[in-house]
Amino acid sequence: MTAPTAGGRVVAPLTWRVARLVERRVETATAQTLVLDVPGWPGHLPGQHVDLRLTAADGYQAARSYSLAGPAQGERIEVTVQRVTDGEVSPYLIDTYAEGDPVEVRGPVGGWFVWQTDGTEPVLLVAGGSGVVPLMAMIRARRAAGSRTPFRLIYSVRTADDVIYADELRRRARDDQGLDVAYVYTRRAPEGWRGEPHRIGLADVNSHGWPPALEPLCYVCGPTGFVETAADLLVGLGHPTRRVRTERFGPTG
Amino acid sequence: MTEPSYLDGNMLDGPLRELLAVDLSATTGRCDNCGMTGPMAGLHVYSHAPGLVGRCPACTGVMVRLVRAPERAWLDLRGTTYLQVAMPPDQRLHPAP
Repeated sequence: MTAPTAGGRVVAPLTWRVARLVERRVETATAQTLVLDVPGWPGHLPGQHVDLRLTAADGYQAARSYSLAGPAQGERIEVTVQRVTDGEVSPYLIDTYAEGDPVEVRGPVGGWFVWQTDGTEPVLLVAGGSGVVPLMAMIRARRAAGSRTPFRLIYSVRTADDVIYADELRRRARDDQGLDVAYVYTRRAPEGWRGEPHRIGLADVNSHGWPPALEPLCYVCGPTGFVETAADLLVGLGHPTRRVRTERFGPTG
Repeated sequence: MTEPSYLDGNMLDGPLRELLAVDLSATTGRCDNCGMTGPMAGLHVYSHAPGLVGRCPACTGVMVRLVRAPERAWLDLRGTTYLQVAMPPDQRLHPAP
């Protein structure tokens, strides 16, 4: 097997592998992490994603992309699934898919929305809702690699109850040196948070990001509208377009 | 507010890696319509068509079309002048003096 690809390294074409569920963790009322065992998994880089494919009894197939939530641990990978009401795939994965059940996995894929653990430039992560998943993979990989690269995460959520990985982020903001975490609440803010609930704006990105002069790498992930807004703010502040990497999540589920 | 209905070029990686040996998002492409050169990851991808359509983020010209059927795939790159792919160094192209 070849190593994971990034930056255009040539590897063998991808095929679907059969994975099985080994563990499930509840993250919020609408999001769960699935731990999958994928025989022959070649490893992956933080920020990459997989395609999951389900096949119904009548042969109907549906595939969706999910970001990998953490560094690979042997043949175990993790994805965090946010329930999309009326979705075709996410309700099944959350309600019905059981330990030991098969699911087809194609990956890892992605060569652009990737953080190299030996990178030294400061990193700004901007997450909207479940867009935090690939950014959490970068945060986890940074610690695992013993990296000292300064990281800042701006995480936009509706309410405090919607924060995925809430306990872990609290712990890491305290223990992972050089990691800052700031939240933007769009619907209801917790006690003691300064300001009114609002959608992410210039002040948030300006106060909690890095100045362009430090030449940071910016990764923005979330729903398409959120990513548009945040990426435009960053470019407006003077960050070069090529250093603002985006991953838009669609309304499919 | 209605959400814009497109995704990033990143999402073409999975479907295309069944055909190609590189992640498309790791390549640089030139739009044949407006001449803009940039990461193919930045394409706006519309997935609710019969197939996948990738458009230039600058001029919305179609750069990639991918249609998949059970036993074949059609890849149409008419709107892409070229794809530039990072490669491992090949000594044979630059023989030592």
